[in-house]
Amino acid sequence: MGILEVSNVNKRFGGLQALSNVNLDIAAGSLHAIIGPNGAGKSTLLNVLVGKLLPDTGTALFNGVSVIGRKPHEINQLGISRVFQTPEIFGDLTVLENILIPCFAKRDGSFRMHALESVASEKGIIEKAEQMLTDVDMIDKRGMTASSLSRGDKRRLEMAMCLVQEPKLLLLDEPTAGMARADTNNTIDLLNHIHESREITMVIIEHDMHVVFSLAKRITVLAQGTPLVEDTPDNIKGHPKVKEAYLGEAA
Amino acid sequence: MLGLSKKDRNLLILVILLTLATPILLQPFPEGSALAQFNAGYPDLMQRFAIYGIFAIGFNILFGLTGYLSFGHAAFLGVGSYSVVWMYKLLSYNVLPGLILAVIMSALFALLIGFISLRRSGIYFSILTLAFAQMSFNLAYSVLTPLTNGETGLQVYTNDPQVLMSAGSPSSPHFFGIVMNESAKIDVGGWQFTFSNGYYFCAIIAILVFYLSLRIFRSPFGIMLRAIKTNQTRMSYTGLNSRPYTLAAFVISGMYAGLAGGLLASMDPLAGAERMQWTASGEVVLMTILGGAGTLMGPVLGAGFIKYFENIFSKINDNILHTWFSALPDGLEDAIVFMLHPFIGKGWNLTLGLLFMMVVIFLPGGLIEGGTRIWNLVTGKNKKRGVPGKAKEHHPTPTPHVN
Amino acid sequence: MDAIILQVLNGLDKGSAYAMIALGLTLIFGTLGVVNFAHGALFMLGSFCAVTLQRILSLSYTVEDPTQKDFLGNPLKVDMPYIVSWFGDATGNAILDWSVPLAILFAIPVMLLIGYVMERGLIKHFYKRPHADQILVTFGLAIVIQEIVKYFYGANPIPTPAPDMFRGSVDFGVMIGFAQNEIIYPYWRLVYFLFSAVIIGSVFAFLRFTTFGMVVRAGMADRETVGLLGINIDKRFTIMFGIAAAVAGLAGVMYAPINSPNYHMGMDFLVLSFVVVVVGGMGSLPGAVLAGFLLGILESFASMNEVKSVLPGIDQIIIYLVAIIILLTRPRGLMGRKGVMEE
Repeated sequence: MGILEVSNVNKRFGGLQALSNVNLDIAAGSLHAIIGPNGAGKSTLLNVLVGKLLPDTGTALFNGVSVIGRKPHEINQLGISRVFQTPEIFGDLTVLENILIPCFAKRDGSFRMHALESVASEKGIIEKAEQMLTDVDMIDKRGMTASSLSRGDKRRLEMAMCLVQEPKLLLLDEPTAGMARADTNNTIDLLNHIHESREITMVIIEHDMHVVFSLAKRITVLAQGTPLVEDTPDNIKGHPKVKEAYLGEAA
Repeated sequence: MLGLSKKDRNLLILVILLTLATPILLQPFPEGSALAQFNAGYPDLMQRFAIYGIFAIGFNILFGLTGYLSFGHAAFLGVGSYSVVWMYKLLSYNVLPGLILAVIMSALFALLIGFISLRRSGIYFSILTLAFAQMSFNLAYSVLTPLTNGETGLQVYTNDPQVLMSAGSPSSPHFFGIVMNESAKIDVGGWQFTFSNGYYFCAIIAILVFYLSLRIFRSPFGIMLRAIKTNQTRMSYTGLNSRPYTLAAFVISGMYAGLAGGLLASMDPLAGAERMQWTASGEVVLMTILGGAGTLMGPVLGAGFIKYFENIFSKINDNILHTWFSALPDGLEDAIVFMLHPFIGKGWNLTLGLLFMMVVIFLPGGLIEGGTRIWNLVTGKNKKRGVPGKAKEHHPTPTPHVN
Repeated sequence: MDAIILQVLNGLDKGSAYAMIALGLTLIFGTLGVVNFAHGALFMLGSFCAVTLQRILSLSYTVEDPTQKDFLGNPLKVDMPYIVSWFGDATGNAILDWSVPLAILFAIPVMLLIGYVMERGLIKHFYKRPHADQILVTFGLAIVIQEIVKYFYGANPIPTPAPDMFRGSVDFGVMIGFAQNEIIYPYWRLVYFLFSAVIIGSVFAFLRFTTFGMVVRAGMADRETVGLLGINIDKRFTIMFGIAAAVAGLAGVMYAPINSPNYHMGMDFLVLSFVVVVVGGMGSLPGAVLAGFLLGILESFASMNEVKSVLPGIDQIIIYLVAIIILLTRPRGLMGRKGVMEE
């Protein structure tokens, strides 16, 4: 039994079958990559999992609980966090405040009105947030406005915001898109470090094969909305079906 | 102390001192001097400072923090006024029951309007709130006449029940015997200071609600509201439901507006539908923007600024202008007076409109930002040393997208 | 049946005004992406174009009329409009009488110019600013325009009559086979409706059949791409703003006899026109026109005594009520496109 079980998910946009009969089983604690050419339905699948899109048919169980039909914030409260292709952070707020918000969300649920308590008096929460910032090496930037950070730091901050919630499953949508090689390698190290130290299940959607093969323990190849194969990185490398999907030639 | 940081505590103390000393501070010129017309230390005007300050502080909790631009807050102002006058009619001239009812009624109205309007955001939200306010205004004028007395406005008549009125009760608004329109005048040298009960009543309430807004700004709730303004997507992918937060902010700001409306009727026992018109909603938007949306002191400054200049400009007439410029040659004097004429007296709204455009165009952060820039210029901060800082200073960051 | 037709007719004139203002608002919004709160003020300026022309035409000098005597026996002094003395009695008075329709010719260049100046001088700088800023600055501008008009023309409504021959009513019922005096409709309102139909029709034809219009429509759909094709889209959008201003202005000119121009009429119409745009669907030109007429007619039905006795006050709030319901059930309005103002 995996932590995330997707079965028979279909999604159609007008005449386009974006997802057809997708079945996926992610084992708890794994680092699973989903790859595939453009338009293979990777992002659609992710959007279904976080509640942004409603599939036409099919089920998706997270720890035995269905996520279909739930709102994004409810799904997050179940323990699924998502990192976006372009970092979604609170640009007007300081770095520390950015981390405080998920801390409050973790403690208080989706809505609780602490209108009269002061943030400064929440010692435990602030400590936790500062610890997180130390972990991602950003503690000296705690007072900066988030929008003034570099792109790499924004990504780091977004990941810290997800991690501080201690999610059970972390979904990453092309975390290295548009990054320089050095930044990409840093991110790979960061992700590897997170995976090893925190035992979080990770699902990563990625274009860059370098990233995929340095991170993933299992890989699912998606093409035209259907999973082609699922295997270890070594087996995927020379797989004829994968070549066909990517290069459009018979192997 | 009071759950505030040292800096905030100092700010609060400063606000308290300024508010309490307003009757003195706003009379800088001796009676009878040529400049006495710029004094603002009379009860009627000072009360408006405090009341519209409350209105703007409340509006800022919604617009300044969450970025939701409501064009319908005047509706709550009207609801508050009507509530207070009804309590006069039914019970007595004690303002307390009325003010409590005003806050409760405006909260209920805000809950209803907010619940529906907040299902949309951006300009749709603005238009929905505008539609609700216009609806309330039209209804107050027509069908609801039994409740609002239509065009005449609601007021107390001698045949009203006033069940709690006894022989000795004051026959004008009062707070347990403290009559609002009574005041003590003290003459010191050439100066005359008026200490009015009504002003101090409003001022103390204003200090209390300012303190409340300070606490809200510094609370987890306050951070959540600012987060909503910045990025709603991240909000929901962080497990937070932004709608109850915005609704709470909407209701709180509606209650502030109701309280302000109630206080207007506490100073002058009248309530009219024109208080609900959308131009009145526009006015509170102006105050907040002019002062600086999202800042603590901005809205109060904006309210004071607008009400003060409204008063001064409305009083100036051509004769006064002529005395000012009498030193100039005749032709020039006439020309200047002629040019200034459209902006004074009844032309105050024109000045206000121009001023408002200037602020939106050149100073999106309002007076607070202007003050900061001047302060930096004077102290030489970011000027001689910091080249990058200077470049930034002249290109204010655009106000974040209201979504 | 006749009552229904009468109400439909009664709603047409207001509906025409809503439709024309909403059309302009949508044009500006669709092409420039700007929410223009000063559009009502343009409508009002149009009405005052009619007032101004009427005043110019009736500029007079005093003459002594030897045929009439005052009570002292001296010749009576009467005002003689220059226009009458120049063109003679018949032509001069006819020109005076027709000052409102003539004001169309006067208003077109004036409104185009005002629109041009507004866009180049102010709106241009707000393309990249948030919608809230656009709302606020145009709101400020609306106040300024309104106050300037108030300064020059005073606060009271100024009666501006239609030409003599349109002042009566037409028995519309007889024309379509009803008994006499069942459906009576003032001539001028009929004129107004036909006029608006022509204006709206020509705007659509212009967008449909000219290359200019084609570029503008393409720009409405995807501004960046059209810009990349090497077309100076900004210049065309400026002209579009002028046209939108002229449409609002013309709507105002012809409305002057129906509703005596006053300085705050712009604001009154603006709020309703925004509601119309939202109901029609932000960014949809046919939607704006459809919703304008629909809401005008709906309003006229709501003010029937039969309806009011059941639902008192409904005539005051019907438009807002409909808007609220539409916004909540069909957030994109009647004919709104996906992706407009939904970021």
